[in-house]
Amino acid sequence: MHSFEYHTPKTLKAAAKLAASLGRPAFLAGGQTLLPEMKGRRAAPSDLVTLSGLLSKKIKMSGDTLLIGAGATHAEIAEDPLVTKHLPALADLASQVGDPQVRHRGTLGGSLAANVPAGDYQAACWALDAEIHTVTRVISTRDFFTGAGTTALEKGEIVTAVTFRTTNKAYFTKILDPAARSPLVGVFVALLEDGPRIAVSGARSTGAYRHEAAEAALTQDFSVTAVEDIKTPEGEMMSTLYADERYRAHLVNILIRRAVGGC
Amino acid sequence: MTQVSMTVNGKMVSKDIDPRMLLVDFLREKLTLTGTHTGCETSHCGACTLHVDGRAVKSCTMLAVECDGRDILTVEGVSADGSHPMQKAFTDHHGLQCGYCTSGMIMIGLDIAKRHGTPDRETIRTELKGNICRCTGYQNIVSAIEAGAVATTDAVENEDA
Amino acid sequence: MSAEKLNKSAKSIGQFVRRSEDKRMVRGQGRYVADVAAKTEALTMMVLRSVHGFATIKNIDVSQAQVMPGVVAVYIAEDISELKDLPCDWVPPTMTKVPQHPILAKKTVRYAGQPVAIVVAEDRYCAADALELITVDYDVHMPVVHQGEACGNKKAQLHDDILGNIAYRFNRADGDVCAALDSADVVLKRCYYNNRITAAPLEGRAVLSEFDEVSGHLTHHTSSQLPHVHGRALAKCLGFPLHKLRLLSPDVGGGFGAKLGFYAEDVLCAHAAITLGRAVRWAENRSENFAATTHGRDHMQYVELAATKEGKLLGLKVKLVADLGAYAMGMGPGVPAINGGLSLSGPYKIPNADFTVQGVYTNRMPTGPYRGAGHPEASYLLERVMNELATELDMDPRTVRKINFITPDEMPYRIPTGFGLDSGDFAANLDKAAAMAGYDDFADEKKKARAEGRYIGHGMAFYTEMSGAAPTLGMFAAGFDRSGHESGRVMMHPDGKVTVYSGSHSQGQGHQTSFAQIAADALQIPFEDVEVVQGDTGAVPFGTGTYNSRSMAVGGTAIHLASRKIVKKATQIAAHKLERRVEDVEYADGVFSIKPGSGLKRAMGEKVIQVKAGLRRKIFKKMVRIDLPELNRPENMTEISFAEVAREAYIGHDLPFKMPHALDETVFFDPKGMPTAFGTHISVVEIDIETGQVKLLRHLALDDCGNIINPKLAEGQIHGGLAQGIGQALMEQVVYDEAGDLNTGGFDSYAMPRASDFPELETEFTVTPTKFNPLGVRGVGESGTIGAPPAVVNAVLDALSEFDIQNIDMPMTPSKVWAAVHDARGDS
Repeated sequence: MHSFEYHTPKTLKAAAKLAASLGRPAFLAGGQTLLPEMKGRRAAPSDLVTLSGLLSKKIKMSGDTLLIGAGATHAEIAEDPLVTKHLPALADLASQVGDPQVRHRGTLGGSLAANVPAGDYQAACWALDAEIHTVTRVISTRDFFTGAGTTALEKGEIVTAVTFRTTNKAYFTKILDPAARSPLVGVFVALLEDGPRIAVSGARSTGAYRHEAAEAALTQDFSVTAVEDIKTPEGEMMSTLYADERYRAHLVNILIRRAVGGC
Repeated sequence: MTQVSMTVNGKMVSKDIDPRMLLVDFLREKLTLTGTHTGCETSHCGACTLHVDGRAVKSCTMLAVECDGRDILTVEGVSADGSHPMQKAFTDHHGLQCGYCTSGMIMIGLDIAKRHGTPDRETIRTELKGNICRCTGYQNIVSAIEAGAVATTDAVENEDA
Repeated sequence: MSAEKLNKSAKSIGQFVRRSEDKRMVRGQGRYVADVAAKTEALTMMVLRSVHGFATIKNIDVSQAQVMPGVVAVYIAEDISELKDLPCDWVPPTMTKVPQHPILAKKTVRYAGQPVAIVVAEDRYCAADALELITVDYDVHMPVVHQGEACGNKKAQLHDDILGNIAYRFNRADGDVCAALDSADVVLKRCYYNNRITAAPLEGRAVLSEFDEVSGHLTHHTSSQLPHVHGRALAKCLGFPLHKLRLLSPDVGGGFGAKLGFYAEDVLCAHAAITLGRAVRWAENRSENFAATTHGRDHMQYVELAATKEGKLLGLKVKLVADLGAYAMGMGPGVPAINGGLSLSGPYKIPNADFTVQGVYTNRMPTGPYRGAGHPEASYLLERVMNELATELDMDPRTVRKINFITPDEMPYRIPTGFGLDSGDFAANLDKAAAMAGYDDFADEKKKARAEGRYIGHGMAFYTEMSGAAPTLGMFAAGFDRSGHESGRVMMHPDGKVTVYSGSHSQGQGHQTSFAQIAADALQIPFEDVEVVQGDTGAVPFGTGTYNSRSMAVGGTAIHLASRKIVKKATQIAAHKLERRVEDVEYADGVFSIKPGSGLKRAMGEKVIQVKAGLRRKIFKKMVRIDLPELNRPENMTEISFAEVAREAYIGHDLPFKMPHALDETVFFDPKGMPTAFGTHISVVEIDIETGQVKLLRHLALDDCGNIINPKLAEGQIHGGLAQGIGQALMEQVVYDEAGDLNTGGFDSYAMPRASDFPELETEFTVTPTKFNPLGVRGVGESGTIGAPPAVVNAVLDALSEFDIQNIDMPMTPSKVWAAVHDARGDS
C-alpha cells in the first residue's frame, strides 16, 4: 500500500477535528473494507486516523427503536440479547456477514461508511428506516447513501451509532457470489407498524433501494402469493461476472418471495 | 516510523515500524514467527488467521500498529511442543497435506471450539467459510476440528474441575 | 507383488502411520521458501507486468524508479541480454518450432501479466512504490483470446514464425473411422468445452537466491515440483555450472502441476543475486499467481461417436483444439497431445479411432499441467458422450459402459493410439461402486423427489489414467527433455539408522512418511529409524520429480529396490561375521541369525576365508611388526544386528574379501511401462430450480491405485482431487475479456471451493496390484480430478432431464444452470 501518516487520537471529538484538517484522511475502524482497498492500491489516504477504542459498542432499546453503537462488530451484534430479542432478522444478517474472522473485526459504522455495493446492512437500513448518527447530526437512510461507495459523510464526520425500527416480522436472505462469497443480491423484508418494507441490496449499481412494486403488492396482502409474480426491470440491474442483468433481476424476484415466506 | 508494543505468545515485544506493515508481516519478519502465512491479498483465504485478544482474525487485514497494547496468539504459541489437543487432532486425522493453510486452520479451529464447544460437522464446514484449503478437500480438516474441539473442551473442563 | 504378500512382512505399509512432516507443520515450523527468506537478510525483488494482452513495447522509462531511495537495481530485457530464454520441456511430435520465450519481454508482450521489468530494493514497500514509477509506452494490438479465433488466423499472428498460431497438429488413428461413422446405426456429434482453470496452490511461487562470491556457489531456494530439472534449467539460462549450484525446495505449499514449469522469476532472482552480491527474494502475490502461473485445461472438444443400436462402440473421432496460451512453456504443449490425445479411448474397446490434437497460441497465460493433465480432458468428453449414447438409445448408462469395457482377460491391451492398459477389472469396479451408491434405487429416488417438487439427478463416470510417467525411452519418444526414471538412494549409517534420498518431491503428498514406510518395511527396521531427504540438489544427486502420479510407482519403488540391495549386501556381511554361508543366514526385524537346523559345521568357503585372514595377519606382522588385533567374533555367535553389520560395512576391519565398503545403494528405477489407475465416480446432486444453484448431495469414488502404502494418505489424495474436480465442474473458471484482460485475478473473482460446498465424500478402493513395479502401486494423486467432473456434470444434466438440455458447459454456475432451464422452458 502507499505510505500514510498514522494517528491515534484520544477521543472521538479529537479524531473528527484532526481528520477535518488533513489532506486525504480515512478513518480506520475494523479495517475489513479499507485495508484490502489500500493493499490493492485502490485507496491511498494520506492519513489514517484510528477509531479503535473510541467508537461506542453500546446496544440499547429506546421505545421500539434499537440503537447500536457504530463500533459494535458483526459478531457482537449477532450475539447481543437485545438484538436477538427485538430484531432477530438483524442478528441473523450480522451473523452471516463475511466469515467468522471478518465478523470479529468489522463494525456496523465502518460497513455503512464504506457502502460497498455488495454490502448487507444497507438493505436493513432501508427496510427499517434507519437513522445514522454522527458526531454532528442525524442522517436518514435516504440522505445517507449517495451512490456506490459514497455517503453523505463530510470530511472528518464519524458515524457514532445507528438506530433501527424494530419488528419481529422481518427476514433477511441473500445469494452469494461463488468467488468472493459476498452477496450477489440481498433482500430484507420487514413488516412495520405503518406497512411492509422490502429493501434490495447488491442489485443496482447505485446501491440498495426499496422495491416499490413489491411493497405495493404486500400492502394489499402480506403473503408470498402477493409477490408471486413480482417483476424487477432488468435494465436497472448491475451485471457482474456471476450474475448478468437478467439473472440478477430474477434473483431479486425469487429472494423477495423467499424473504416474505421466511417472515 | 511508529512505535508499537504488543504481547505475542505471552511475551512483550516493542518495535519501530513502518505503519504500513501488516500484522502478519510484523510477526514473520520482525519476530521471525513464520508459522502464520499469507495466501492472498483480498482477505479470503484465511491462511493468516491467528488470535487477537482471544478472537480469530485475519492478520493480513490488520496493521501491526492497530495491535498496540493487544494480546496476540500465533500457532507457535498454542503449545510449546505441538501437544495441544487441536494440533494432535490434525495429525491424528490427516488434516493437513502441504501444511500451508494449517496454522490458519488450527487457529480458526480453536476459535470454533471456543464459541461452539463441540459443534457438528455441518457447523464446522460453515464456520470454515473464511479458510481455504486446496489440498485436502476439507474432509479431514473437519474431522480434525471436530475431534480437536471435543478434546479441547474436555481438557478445559478437566482443568476447571 | 500381491497385496497380501506385500503386507505379510509389512509392519508399516498398509498402515495409517501418522505423518512425520506434521510435527513441524502443526507447530508453524514449516520451511516454505518465504519462511526461509523471512529469516534471511535479503533484498526484495518485484516484477512489473504487462497490462495488455498483446502489444509492442515502444519505450520503457525506469529512470525515476532507479533513483528512488532504497532501490538497488532495475532491470529490463536489454540489461539481461546474456541470459538464455525460458525452456520448453515437452515438445511433442509434430511440433517443429518453439517460439522464443524471453525472460523479460523484449519487443512484444503477449499476455497480460507477462514480466516486463524488475525492481530490486531494500524492502517490499520500497519495491512496490518504485514499480509504480516505471512507465511503459505500449502500442496496443487486438488480442486473440479464443483458440477458435486464433487457430489458422494469419492476420493476427502471435509469433512471427508460427503460421496461423498453430503449434502442432498431432494425430493418431487406427482402423477406418470414416467408414464406421458412415455405416453406424447411431452417430453422435458433440462439441464440449473443457474450461480453463488454475491450480491456485495456497503457497504461491517463491524464490530466495544467494550467491557466495568467494566460492562461486549459488544457493537457490524455490518452490518447485522438480528440483533437479529446474536446477538444470536455471543453470542453462544463467550459463552457470551445476557443480556450484544447489537448488533447495524445502516445504512446498501445494503444486498441482503449476510448479512444474520453469519461470522467469527464478532466473531473474538468481541473476540479481549474482550481479548485486546480495541475497534476493521474491514471492508472487495472489494476483500474480492468477496472471502469471500456468493455467490448466482449456480445450475445445469436437467429438463424433459411432455405435450400433445395441450400444456397441464402432468408432470415435475426436478433435481437440487446445489453448497453449502465449508461449510454449514448460510441459504445456505435451499435455493435450500426449496425455490427452493418447488416452481418448479410455477403458473402452473402440475398433476405429481418429484423434487429432491441435495446439494453438492465444494471448493468454500459457497453459501447463494441472492435476490430471490431459486425462481429465479426455475422460470428460468420453464420459459425457457415453452418457449421451445411453440417453439416445434409452439404455442404462452402466450397461452402455460395461458392454464396451476392455475385459481383464484381454489385458494387457493395446489401445488405438498404441498405448497399453496393463490390468484391471473395470466392470467389477463399476458394479461395486454402483452397489455402494445404491444405483438401482436411483430411478425411484428421482421420481419421489420430483413428486415433492425437487430436482435430483445421478451421474456416473469411469476413468482410466496412464499414471507413473515412465520409461525414459517413452519420455524421449514423447518429446520430453528429461528422464523417465526416478532415483532412490538408501544409505544406512554406521549405527543402523537410515537416510533415504529421493528424486521425487512432495508438495503435500507425504513422501517423508510414505517413503520412510517403504524403506522401513524393506529393511525391516522401525519407521522412526528412517529419515527422508527430498528437494535438495546438493544432497540428492539426480531426480526427475513429482507429477503424473509417479512418485510412489517410480520413486517409491526405487527406494524399495535400493533397500533390498542393502539387505542383500548386509546378509553377505552378516554371513561372513557369523561364519556361515549366505543361504544359512536369515534376516528379520533388524537381526541376522543362523537359520535353525542349518548345522554347526563351518562352510568350506568360510574355512578358506579364515585361513586367508590368518595369512593376512602373519604377513602384516612380518612387514610392519605389529599384531593385527583379533577379530571380534565371540564363540558361538548366532546372530548379529543390522547396526553392527552397518558399522562393519563402513569401518571394514572384517569384511568379506573384495567387498566394497558401505551400505549405500542408489537405484534409478526405470519401469517398463505405466500402470493404469482407474475407477468409478458417482455423483448425486439437487438443483434449486429457481436459482440454478447445484447442491452436491453425495459424491462416491471407488478408485484403484493398486497396493496402498498409507491408506489415510491415499484417501487424502482422493479428497483433494475430488474437491478440485468438483470445483472445475461447478464453479472454477479463468476468464479473459475481449481486450485480453484477466477478469479473475484473485479469490474475490475466481471461485474457490469452500468446506460448505461438499457433502461427506465417500471414498473406497479396489486393489489390483500392477506388475510394472514390485510395490504393485498405481497412481492415486490425480484420480479425483479425472473422475469427478463428468460424474457431476452427468448428474446435473440428469436432474434437468425433463427439460431436454443436452449440454451446459463447465463450470455449471447458478446463472448458467438457471439460464439453461429458463431458456429451455421458454419462460419470459
